[in-house]
Order: sequence, then structure tokens, then C-alpha cells
Amino acid sequence: MTQPYRKTSRLLLALGLSLSLQAWAAPEKPDLKLGFIKLTDMAPLAVALERGYFEDEGLYVQLEAQANWKVLLDRVIDGQLDGAHMLAGQALAASIGIGTRAAMQTAFVMDLNGNACTVSNAVWQQIAPQVARNSAGKPRYPVAADALQPALAAKTKQGKKLQFGMVFPVSSHNYELRYWLAAGGVHPGFYAPQNGDNSGQLKADVLLSVTPPPQMPATMEAGTIDGYCVGEPWNQQAVLRDLGVPLVTNYDIHTNLAEKIFGVSQSWAQRYPETHFHLVKALIRAGHWLDADNNANRAAAAKLISQPFYVGADENVIANSMTGVFAYERDDVRETPDFNVFFRYHATYPYYSDAIWYLSQMRRWGQISDAKPDSWYQDIAKQVFQPALYQRAAKALIAEGKLTAADFPDFSAETGYRPVDATRFIDGKQFDATTPNAYLQQFAIGQKD
Amino acid sequence: MSAIPTQWSRVQSYLPGQQQLTRWLKQSLLSAAGIAVFVLLWQLLASQITTSLGSFPGPMQVAQQWSGLVAEHKAEKAREAAFFQRQLERNTATLAANSEAVVSVRPYNGRPTFFSQIFTSLYTVLTGFVLASMLAIPAGIVIGLSPRLYSAFNPLIQLFKPVSPLAWLPLVTILVSALYQSEQPLFARSFLVSVFTVTLCSLWPTLLNTIVGVSNISPDLQNVSRVLQLNWLTHVRRIVLPSAVPMIFTGLRLSLGIAWMVLIAAEMLAQNPGLGKFVWDEFQNGSSDSLSRICVAVLVIGLIGYALDRLMLQLQQRVNWDKSAQLR
Repeated sequence: MTQPYRKTSRLLLALGLSLSLQAWAAPEKPDLKLGFIKLTDMAPLAVALERGYFEDEGLYVQLEAQANWKVLLDRVIDGQLDGAHMLAGQALAASIGIGTRAAMQTAFVMDLNGNACTVSNAVWQQIAPQVARNSAGKPRYPVAADALQPALAAKTKQGKKLQFGMVFPVSSHNYELRYWLAAGGVHPGFYAPQNGDNSGQLKADVLLSVTPPPQMPATMEAGTIDGYCVGEPWNQQAVLRDLGVPLVTNYDIHTNLAEKIFGVSQSWAQRYPETHFHLVKALIRAGHWLDADNNANRAAAAKLISQPFYVGADENVIANSMTGVFAYERDDVRETPDFNVFFRYHATYPYYSDAIWYLSQMRRWGQISDAKPDSWYQDIAKQVFQPALYQRAAKALIAEGKLTAADFPDFSAETGYRPVDATRFIDGKQFDATTPNAYLQQFAIGQKD
Repeated sequence: MSAIPTQWSRVQSYLPGQQQLTRWLKQSLLSAAGIAVFVLLWQLLASQITTSLGSFPGPMQVAQQWSGLVAEHKAEKAREAAFFQRQLERNTATLAANSEAVVSVRPYNGRPTFFSQIFTSLYTVLTGFVLASMLAIPAGIVIGLSPRLYSAFNPLIQLFKPVSPLAWLPLVTILVSALYQSEQPLFARSFLVSVFTVTLCSLWPTLLNTIVGVSNISPDLQNVSRVLQLNWLTHVRRIVLPSAVPMIFTGLRLSLGIAWMVLIAAEMLAQNPGLGKFVWDEFQNGSSDSLSRICVAVLVIGLIGYALDRLMLQLQQRVNWDKSAQLR
């Protein structure tokens, strides 16, 4: 046997050994930098890092807080970040060229729900007398947007309009706030990109504008905005610091729709498919841990992410919403077991139907300037959401015995669409993701096709 | 025997005289009194101000947060040690299973602590400053020696000099991401963005002062150079540089001060690692400790700025041929 031949055979043997141990390849890029925004729903990333799930997959991850959603997206696109905690709408919007154009992908949903709309104390005082109350004399939540009428009238008298903050033009918060306002007959305004108008304030009764999540309470305190829609802990922060009162959670506006996703650029996903696969595996385990044993780990998770380099808000503020309760006022804490969901209801699975709902809202408010056929919605959803990769990761976890098949949707019957009655909306409308154009016809306020 | 008294008088000349000692004592006492009054006022006023993040931190809370930051740094070091320990165990296990397996030791990919952010900021500011000086001093000499070049460049210098770092930043960010694309980047892009922003903002004082220093060489020296028929390079080396050195260093000192201020702003806005990002992250955290931690950062930023300035002052005094000049 000649020397080089022996070397090759040894290599082949080693390869065969490693193949028999693992049915998949090691990550192409083990050192990763992932971005996040200081919000409680970044928790799966922190959990996967701190509990060693990333390391189990051979990934060495650094997490870095970003200033705002725009900076975060740009850094994912130009490769400074390998991936990030991202708004579901961001990945879709970038892929169809609203704002920055770049093809994005996701194979993991970080959470469901977890947002709320809060108004300032001044607005609350104007509307509180009309708000319906329960037998204990406490306000009945959710408060419908028609209750805002006194505050709207007061502003009109001054020749002004109410100002609301939301976190990004294509964020779930923007669509939830708009959905809630429109359901109460208050027009949130149209976008008209074909005329160069990206303010989203055309015909608006209430002016919506962008404020980064962590600055929401400070901006409302300064009087620049009268209310906002944002994720946690920034609503609970307002309550505990006596800055405002939440009126509605996004769980009331629509139940169980994808909120944040783990987004990567399409070019990154194509270059590092195995890295992406291992990342999704680690994140699924983190999501599972967060919801395991009926939220038993939530208090520990709140403590974990209250560290200054993660979310950094006070632990009690974070724990408020993470542990299944939600404070509407300091002395009015209510049970909200599904306020944020990390794994139940197949939360981490990237359903096409959730993508299509976001796309339908982009059309409803004019961010997509022209009517599109139903097939277009499905094509975009399939381009951005990648359930196939998720399924591969889930099956690997089942094979390793880390999770069981019962933790996941039945992949053999899976179509990528939630059943029509899986999501309940505040106005009682039904959403069928296979016919987005017919869905849009139902609304009094909004583009109809 | 006569050598001893001479040596003694030499030693004596190094010791502060009675008068100097009194002056130094008086100055230190006054400085201490100033600081004491400031701390007292701070404590008194801080407890009066209630913010949405609780009452404004006084000196005590800030001192507490300092030790908190030290503890965090230690925790991160412990985490690093644990990481290497885990790796060692994993590698030993791999080797035990297969003695021919290839194992590697990975570097720790940790999160920046307050102290590593200080180091990052210093490193960034010095790189930017050195780059600015390398551009500004040669350019200043060339422009200063030629009245024609000066007339040509002066409007441009006056135009760019007052531009705020915040205006440069978006342009620099976009340009760096467009022009700096490499597979295995030697520098992080965020680092380059900070460095170039610092360079762009801090080169002007050095440039202007070099120009002034170079163009104001005494006519006597100019004449000497002319009589000796020195060539251009020797003229610059023997006549121009030595006489312009005091002005160049005045410029450098101003530049370094500006560089430090610009860097913090750039780090805050562009989220580039460093003290500026630390401040911004804490502002975003909005926890009850955030304000105290920002105060710690403010004090540290001030102290470092002060130290950098003193350093430049020392340098300036050393290279200045006019030792009688009063420098402050």
C-alpha cells in the first residue's frame, strides 16, 4: 500500500465513522454573531446561548443588541450579522422591496403574541368615564378603539390629531394598531408609495409614526406621542412607572399569529444551509424550554434576560408579562396565560398562512401599491417561510430523543396553513389564507383588493 | 571631597522648594474643595429629582454601580474560564474515544463588558487619530509651504471643518459597506466606520495648525535656508519641521480632544462597540440601575479624555523648543 492511498483510506474510514454517528454535517460557519432588539421575545436566543443549546450544535454564538429594526435589518443584509431576532413583516417586506430590498428567509418563529397598545395618562383620563366596567367597577378589557372618541374630539378642538407610536412601518405592531383602530371605526391612514408618500398618514384620524421600542415610554412621557403599540417589557414599564394605561393586547386583536421570527438573508441561508439547520435545532429546544411544564421556567427566563446585556429592564417588569399575567394598572393585574407564547400551539413553526396575513395587511394599508392575485401571496410566503428546514431540524431532534413527535405538528399532514378557525380576530372577521383578496373585501376601512 | 556638596546641591535642585511646596499644597486643597462641593451639590440635587426610572442617582449609587460593573467583568471572566474548561473536557472525551481525532481549541466569543468597551474605544480613537495625523501633517506642510496651494484648498478646508460627526456617519457607513467587502475581513466594518468618522472630524485642527506653523517660519531662517541652497527635502527637515513643531502639537492636542468626543457620538449612533454603545444600551435598558451606570460611563469618559489631554500636553512640552511657553 502506498503512503497517499493509506491516508485516503483512513480519511474515508473517519468519514464513515462520523456519518454513522451523525446523519448530518457540521455547521459550515461555527462562529456566529446574531442581533436582537431589547424585547422579551428575544428570549429564545438568550436561552439557547445560556443553556448551551448552541454549543451542543457546534455553534459559538455572540448576541448583540441593536439600536433599532432598521439598523438590525441592514446589518443582516450586509453580512455584519449572521441572523437576527426580526419582525415577521420585515423579512416579508424586504423580500418584496418595501423599504430596503433584499431576499430574506426564516425557518423559525420566535413567539406568538406579546404586544399591547398603551395610551398616556392624559388620554386615559379623557376616555376612562366612557369605558365599560365589570361588576367590580374595573374597566373591561380589551377596550375597543371607539372609546378613543373623546380624546380624538379634544385634539380636533385644538386643531391637532392624536399621535401614536409603533415600532416599524412593516411591524406587527403597526398592523395590530391599525387593525384595532379600524375595527373601532378610527382611520389609521394609508400609505401611497406610488406617489412617494411613505408616511402612512393619508386620510388618517390618528397619526402613526415610528419610535424604537425601548424609547416608547420616554417618548410618551415627553408628550411627543399619546400612545403606542409595542412588545414587552415596554407596556409594563409604562404601568409600573405611572406613565400610561394599556387598553388592548395583541392577543385580543388576533390570537396566535407569528410575531418575531429568526431571520437570515436568502444568500446566507443558501451558503450555510447546515449552519442554519443547526441554529434552528438549538432555537427549537430553547422555545420548548420556555414553555415547558406549563411555563415553569418563565421566572428563570425573566431573570436571565433582565441582565443588562440582554433586555436589561428590571426583573419584576419583565416577569410581569412573561409569567402569564399582565398589569393593566398597578393594582389591576390579570391572568393572561397566552400573552406570550414561545412553543405551545406549534408557535415556532413557520406557517405560510401567518406570512399571508402580514402581506394582506401590507396591501390593506397601501404599502403594496397594487392589487395582487391570490397566487402571488402564496408564492411570496413560500419564498420567505421555510417549513421544510424546520421539519428537518425537528425530525433530527426527535431522532436524538431531545423532543418527541407530539411536540410538533403532524408533518405528514402538514400543508403550511393554519385552519381558518385557529385565529380569532377582535372584530369577528374570518381569515382564510388561501383567498387573501376575498379576505380584504370584508373591511369597511382599507384597500379592498 | 568637594564632589559631595556639588552632588547634594544637584539633589536639592530636584526637590521642590519651600515656596513650590506651599503652592502645590494650596492647589491640591483648592481642587479637593472644588470636587467636594460638586459631590455635595450632586448628592443634594440628585435626591430632589424624580425621573420615570426612579430618583436621579447620587454619588453613592454611582459608586455602587462601579463595583457592579467590576463584578460583571469578573463574572464574564469566569464564564470564559468555564468555556475553556468545557472545551477541554469535550476534547479529552473525543480523544479518549478516538486518539487520532483532530481537536481544536476555539477562542472565546464573549460579550463585551464595560472594561472591554473602554479598551475598544481607546483602540478605535487612537487608530482614527493616528490616521488623521498621518493625513493632516504632510498635507499641512505641503499646503503651508505654497501660498497658491493654500488659496486653492482653503475654501474646502473651511467647508468641511465644521461638519458634525453625525452628518458624516451615514455617508461613511454606506461607503464602508460598499467598498470594504472581503471574505475574511481583517477589521470589523463597525470598527472602520468609527475610525473613519473620527479621522474625518479630527484632522482639521492638525491640518490648520500645521499650515499656520509652516507658513509662519521666521524670515531669518528662510534666508539661511536660501543662502545654504538647501534642497526641498532638507529645507523641510531642518528648517520647516523644527520651527512648526509647537503649532503642529497644538493642533494634535485639539484633534485628539475632538476625536474622543466624536468617537462616543459615533458609537452611540452607529451601534459600534465601545463606551458610546454602552451608554446607549443602558439608556435603552431603562432599568432602575441604568442612570447610575450611565453616570459611571460619563465619569470614565471624562477621565479618559482628561488623561489623553494630559498625555498630549506632556508630549507638547517635551518637543517644544520654547520651554518658557505657558501651556494649559
